[in-house]
Parts: sequence; C-alpha cells; structure tokens
Amino acid sequence: MEAESGTALMNSIPYSVVIGLEVHVQLKTKSKLFCRCSTEFGRPPNTQVCPVCLGLPGALPVLNKRAIEYAIRTGLSLNSQIASFTKWDRKNYFYPDLPKGYQTSQFDLPICSRGFLDISDSKGAFEPKRIRFVRAHLEEDAGKSMHDEKAGKADSRIDLNRAGTPLLEIVTEPDLRSPQEARAFLTELRLLLLYLDVSDCNMQEGSLRCDANVNLHIPVEGKVVATPITEIKNLNSFRAVERAVAYESTRQWDQWKIDAVALGQRPKQTRGWDDVQGVTILQREKEESSDYRYFPCPDLVPVILNQSDLTDAQASLCELPAAIRSRLVQQYELKDYDSDVIVSQGKAIVDYFEQAVASGGPAKRVSSWIQQDILRLLNERQQSLSELGFSAERLADLTKAIEAGVVDTSRGKEVFAKMLDQPNLSAQAAIEALGIKSVGEDELMVLCRQLLTDNSKVIAEYRGGNPKALATLIGQAKKKNPNADPRKVQEICKQLIDSGAV
Amino acid sequence: MELHLASAAEISRQLVTKQISAKEVVHHFLSRISRLDAGLNAFVHIDTELSLHQAEQIDNRRASGDALNPLAGVPIAIKDLLCTTDMPTTCGSRFCAGYMSPYDGTVIARMRAAGMPWLGKTNLDEFAMGGSTETSIFGATRNPWDVGRTSGGSSGGSAACVAAGLAPLAIGTDTGGSIRQPAAFCGVSGFKPTYGSVSRYGVVAYASSLDQVGPMAHTVEDLALAMDVISGHDPLDSTSLPRVAPGYAAGLSQTPLRFRVGVVREQIESEGLNPEVRAAIVNALSVLKDCGGEVREISLPHSKSWVPAYYVIAPCEASSNLSRFDGAHFGFRAASGDGEKSSSPLVDMYSRTRSQGFGAEVKRRIMLGTYALSAGYYDAYYLKALQVRRLIRHDFDLAFQDVDLLVGPVTPNVAFRLGEKVDDPLQMYLEDLYTVGANLAGLPALAIPCGRSQAGLPIGVQLQGKPLDDAFVLQIGHRYQQAIGWRPSPAPLS
Repeated sequence: MEAESGTALMNSIPYSVVIGLEVHVQLKTKSKLFCRCSTEFGRPPNTQVCPVCLGLPGALPVLNKRAIEYAIRTGLSLNSQIASFTKWDRKNYFYPDLPKGYQTSQFDLPICSRGFLDISDSKGAFEPKRIRFVRAHLEEDAGKSMHDEKAGKADSRIDLNRAGTPLLEIVTEPDLRSPQEARAFLTELRLLLLYLDVSDCNMQEGSLRCDANVNLHIPVEGKVVATPITEIKNLNSFRAVERAVAYESTRQWDQWKIDAVALGQRPKQTRGWDDVQGVTILQREKEESSDYRYFPCPDLVPVILNQSDLTDAQASLCELPAAIRSRLVQQYELKDYDSDVIVSQGKAIVDYFEQAVASGGPAKRVSSWIQQDILRLLNERQQSLSELGFSAERLADLTKAIEAGVVDTSRGKEVFAKMLDQPNLSAQAAIEALGIKSVGEDELMVLCRQLLTDNSKVIAEYRGGNPKALATLIGQAKKKNPNADPRKVQEICKQLIDSGAV
Repeated sequence: MELHLASAAEISRQLVTKQISAKEVVHHFLSRISRLDAGLNAFVHIDTELSLHQAEQIDNRRASGDALNPLAGVPIAIKDLLCTTDMPTTCGSRFCAGYMSPYDGTVIARMRAAGMPWLGKTNLDEFAMGGSTETSIFGATRNPWDVGRTSGGSSGGSAACVAAGLAPLAIGTDTGGSIRQPAAFCGVSGFKPTYGSVSRYGVVAYASSLDQVGPMAHTVEDLALAMDVISGHDPLDSTSLPRVAPGYAAGLSQTPLRFRVGVVREQIESEGLNPEVRAAIVNALSVLKDCGGEVREISLPHSKSWVPAYYVIAPCEASSNLSRFDGAHFGFRAASGDGEKSSSPLVDMYSRTRSQGFGAEVKRRIMLGTYALSAGYYDAYYLKALQVRRLIRHDFDLAFQDVDLLVGPVTPNVAFRLGEKVDDPLQMYLEDLYTVGANLAGLPALAIPCGRSQAGLPIGVQLQGKPLDDAFVLQIGHRYQQAIGWRPSPAPLS
C-alpha cells in the first residue's frame, strides 16, 4: 500500500490505478482443439466444420496434443508451474455461437499456474516491474455471431469456423498500475508468444484478445479504499487497452467524487470500449457471477504430464526476448534502446542482425542500418526479409565498406539502392558501378579552396558565429565531385577559415 | 427351419454355404415385421427398399468371392439412438423427429463394413431415459409375451423385435440397464460390455461416463459374433479402450473347468425381489454349479447407494449433454411467440423450444442434473455421488478378489403392465436396482433368459465380470445356454 500511495504521489494523482488483464491467445495449431478441422482464418463461413465442432448429436471430442505442447511451452516461458495432472471441464451456458451448449475448458486444474513476466521500458517511462500470473488454461473458442441489421430487421448469422480453435486464457494478478504498463505488458507478452511461435497474435483477426479489469485504490484518511471493479471488453488494439484504461480510471475517479461508492457496494460492471467516442459504455451489471455449472467432461480423459514431457518442452524452448535483449547489449555493445528495437522486430530480424555481424559487419553500424533503412523498407513495401532480397552478408559488405571509409554514409545509401535493384550485385561491384572512389587529401584541399573562394558570404557568416553556414557548401561540393566526403569537406573548410588561409 | 427360429449363427452358416441368400433372409424378416409389428410397435423406421438393396449388395459380394465377415448378410435392427446416414435418428424425441445425421457412428460404420443389412430403427424411451419405452414420442413398445405389458427399456424396441422373431440381432445401449432389463423382460440375451469396449462415437449421449453400446440376440453365441463386429479401439472416442478386441466368438468354448461364482447377498436376500424371480436365479445357480461353478455368497456393502448415485450422476451428465438440443442449429425449433415484444427473443426461443421439444421424463432429468450441478449444491450432490461411485467400484474390486463372476437377478420383477409405473418415476427408477452397479463400475454384464413365471413371462439372470473380462462372461453365458439346451424361441404371435 505504501508503494501505491508513493506512485500516486509521484504522478500527482490522488489515487492509483489497479489493472488485471485476461488475455485470450489463439494457438496456431493446424487443426482445432478437439477435431481435425482447419483453424485457418478468413475462409468462407462454415466451411471448416465437422460433426464435432458443430456439436452434432453423437459426436465426441479427441484432444489435439499439439495444443498441450504449445500451452506447456508458453507456461514454461512465463515461469509458470505446469500441472502434472490436468483435466477438462464443461462450462455450461446457452448461446448460438456455442453449438454444444457448453464450452470445454479447464476449471479447477489449469495446465499452468502462477508465473510472471518482467516488463521494462527502454526509455525509462516506468520502473522495471514483475507482473505475476494467476493461471493459464486451455479452452475451445466459440463461433462468431454476425449481426446484420439492415433495413431495421435484425438478422443474426453464425459462422462456426472458429468454434473449437484452441485458446490459451492467460490471467494476470492485478499488478499493473498504469495504462502504459498495461500496454507494455501486452507488447512484451505478444513478443514472447511470437518468439515461441505458438500464436499469430493478430488482434485484428482475433488471435489475441484482451479484457481489462480496472479499479482505483484511493487513500482516504490513512486507509486505502478500493472502487468497484469494472471489466472492459471490446479492446481491439493495444492502443485501445491503453486509452480505455486511462478513460476508465478517470471515469471511476469522477464517479467516486460524486458518490464515494466502494468495492462491494455496487455489483461488478462490464463495460464496452467505444474506440470512436473514446469512452467505456455500461453493458451489464452482475449481481453475482453466473453459474456455469462446471463439471469434469466425461467425454475426455485427464491429461497426465510426466517429467520427461516437461524436460522435452524445456529443451525445445528458443532463446526468449528478454534474454536476447541483454545478450545483444553485452555481446555487441548495443545500447538498450537499439537492442530493444531489434528484438521487438522479431526473431527474423535478430537473426539477420547476428548473421550480418558474423559476416564481418560492424555491430553498431549494422544495427543502425537495420533500424533506419531495412525496417523502413520492409514497412514501406510490406515485405518480409526474404522478399526484400538483401541478405545479411550483403548488408555486412556494405557496412564494412562504410566503416572502412570506402564510401561515406550518404553515398552508401546510393550503393544500397543499387544493390537492392540488382540482387546479385556485391557491395564492391555497386561501388564501382557508381564510380565511387575515395578522393585524395590534395584533391579535396583544391576543391575546398575553390568553394570558399566562390562563396565569400559563407565565410563571413561562419566568422559571424554561425558554424552551420558551412553545411551549405556540401551541395556544391557534391556537384563538383560526387565522391567528396561531406564530413571531410566541412572539416577542411573550417581549418582553412580558422587558420586564415582564406 | 423357419429363419426366425434360427440363431444369427445358424443364419450365418446357411448364408456361408449359400443355402440361402441375404435377400431371402432380409425379405423373411421384413415380411414378419410388416405382418406383426403393428401389434408391438418395436420399429420406428423401416425402409424395405434400403434393406433389400443392402442385402443384394452383400449377395453380389459373396457371389464374387469376397472374404466376408461371418455376419455378412445377417440383418440387424438398430436402436434409434445411433446416428445413421441412411435412416433418420429420432432418439424417440420430438426434438429429433426426421433428423438425418450427416455421418455414421462407429458401430454403424463397422456393421456396414461387415455387410450387415439394416432392418430398421427400433423404439426407445426418449433419449434413452426410461425403463419401458413409454416416454417415446412413438408410444410404447409392447411385450411380445403379453402385449399388455412393457417390453422394458430403454432398448425396448430392440428387445421386443428379437423376442418376436422380427430380427435375429439388434443393437441396444445401456446406461443403467437399458439393454439388460428389456432383454430380461422379453426373454432374449443382451450384453453390456466393459465401458470403453465399444465406441460411443455416433451414439447420442445420455450419460457419457455410463453409456455403452451392446448387442441383443437369442443366444450368447450371437452376441459374441456381434461383439466381434462392433467392439475394438476407436480413435474417435477418447474413452475407447486402447486394446485389440479378443475374438469373442472364436474364444466362446474356452471355458475354464472350474470358476468361482459370487451371489450378492444384498440382491438375493432383498425384500423387493419377486419369489418367482428368486427361484429362477437359484435354479440358474445350480446349473452353473453343474458347469463347474463354485458358488459362494459375497457382499457389496454399498448396493443401496447404487440407484441414488446413478440418479445424480446420470442426470448431471444428461443436463449438459442435452444442451445442444436448443433449436439453434438443428432439430426442432418452436414457432415464434405470439408477437409480444420480448426483452430477449433468444432466451424465449430457447425456452419455448426446449419446453415443447422434450417430454416430461427428459425435462425431469435435465432439471435434476441442472440442480445438482448448481453452485452450492455441487458438493452435496455431484461430488458426493462421485465419491460413492468410487466406493461402489471398490466393493466390486474386493468382490472380484474372491470370485470370477457375480450372478444374480436382472430386475426385481417380471415385465410390468403398461401404464403401471409411468406416473411414478421413483418406482420406475427402482427397476434399475440390480443393473446400475455395472454401469457405475464399468463392468461387463450379461442378461440371459433363465426361466418363466407362472404367467409365462420371461425371467432373466445377470452375469457380471471384472472389467475387461467380457470374453469370460460370454463364455460362461454360452456354457449355461448349452447346458440348458437353449434355442431361439420367439414369442408365439398371431
């Protein structure tokens, strides 16, 4: 509680925000959790269904073991305890997107319990922090209801392609204390899941979904009073989570100032986030939690995991984002920020970086080329690294040439463009083709004297206390000799003026 | 010999030796059905053309020299709880009237592959919930031995059609006695295998942890032949046992010279047991003694808890299993309300559909199960029932340390009169007194005829074995039938 009032003081807001998240992650198994239907997104409605996921009479579920593997992999990476005995329970409720009238889920013995994920901000926006988990359990996804309300006539249609897709529901402790932390947590969790290759984590396609539970802790006369908890749904992006939590905390504070109603004095509310209006809207108030009449599914057998299953899973784990971040800093002396940018781009970019360095590219220069040029291009062209056709070895050659002073950075961009156009062209060949050769000191000196002679105004401005005036000479220098290194041109001009040679 | 007086095994031999064609066999039974079923109501669906077509196909295969299953060409009647692509699957419910399954269940697929023609779908209590077929939307099936009496249930149609010589074989399902009780009431043989021996895929679920499919026939030999077709591991059923089914028919005569028979004190001494039934059981025991059985009394201390535990567990599972019958995706949907504006048209649709689609007994069990699983009651009912179930299993485990087989009554009485218990659910539930133990413990259990009452009504004896001892139970049953010179003896119908 002390820490909380500390946070409150620090932010000069008279309360602290308490946030817990429920994240639903669609696992990218090829087939559904209990049948062989494809889980592919975006197919025509009701084309990926069978008696099992349609819930037809007589159909029975058979577990997809791959989903268990993915859940274990995720649980181990989240520092969770993996249950040696886990089972399936039925959550009973009626809804048209749930054709069996129950969802097969895990109630009291989830596959993963506890665990944590550390979050930090490379720019130091908040203190590094450990977010704990309550549990993560497997369950089947429901279908999708599509409400078509044209011409005033409500018409609901159901697409059951999604019904039965494996979901891992990850529940955090209420450890998050700001909208920024909530967003950072989700970003880090998503990155981890992408590295583990267990989910596409695409919020637009619904393969990552998030609900936020929010309330305030308000110091009142030496005690902390909590406001009623709100569950926010319909969060379709990380930005939406951040905005919704920020809105909701302000809303709860305003409400508190009006009625001072505390936790337990009003039922839990479910509110929907309206991204356009930027507000949360009351959907329903629950007097008590719904009675889902959970009981063990008699159609499925319990899952028993032995030590070797866990050992195998542990062995199959890849290096995780947090570990890679610190390794890049230690091994290549990158800055925290640069390491974070590269790791955040995913495993392929990390591999690309490391290959380029292994091929002789200077680490910092490779890092900045990736951040400034490669990522920009990938983004502009909406391409993957392999589609870009610029191998790590070629990036190494290019950055080596720049490091050695064979080309300067600005002509380096021309070399890069040439190499992109001609996928088989080496850096050396591109440099030659562009007629780039280094210009000797004497030649540069002649060039600079000529420039200064032609631009006496610049000398006057420089002497008048504007050192930046020299930069205006670079364009002219380039015209006279495209290979002239702009940095050297400025240096020589400065020397010439300072020494009174011109 | 007239075909309906022959066992399935005898019909099989005539087919194999080409004394008769499958088409002739099917034709014989179809004509008996068309002549006699009106008085019994055993069948709810018949498709003469389909049956004859299937028979022709198997005759062609035989003519072309294909290797065939012994039961190829032997027709079978199917309880209308198993999903079939070429006949409706109604479950005896308004909900599924006319419902066509887009897939065959595993048992159906296996019988189809074995070349067994269908004679039709047979009547049952709605969703297999009942002991008399009186809860079926098609009305009750009559007992061929006394048409004023019940055939038993829920597999009453399957039992009655075999008993009346309308089918040489039938498929039933047994959740609390639904194969054995009607078999006993109709004077035929019925077998509930070890849980997991026969796939439940494509069997409309009543209570998943108790449901098991099994055959019904005149003789144990026929049951063994049918088990060879329908049993064995099925990857589509997670509760299917991962083992290769033994050759039941081939192993039928490998009876041990001596075996230990247990008589359950709580059953043979129970007050509710009709003296005529008791006398028939005692007589059966003496036959088994002559066959090498060493009879001793044993105790199953938790016998009194069988029915209470069953009537918590089964309704709990049923309440969830039947949730899919909600009008949203298939089956019956009630017409929309009288135009009143409703706060939730969806909830209205569900409640109208389920109110009108289910009969009283199904609703009763859904309510029971929903109640027992509700927050605040779960521990006192469902969880307690599971604990009792463990104790019941433990009783059996202990008993089977001392004996190889339990022998006792199937039902306390002979077939009751239609209408006699229909308004008294508790009396109806007590019909399951001796049978539900095998379901709760997952044991193989066989019901075979062992005599008649003075009024001429059949009496059955139950043989229960250890889990997985299905072959042994069938061996002893076969030995018994050989010892008494048992012959298929359909009820005389005019």
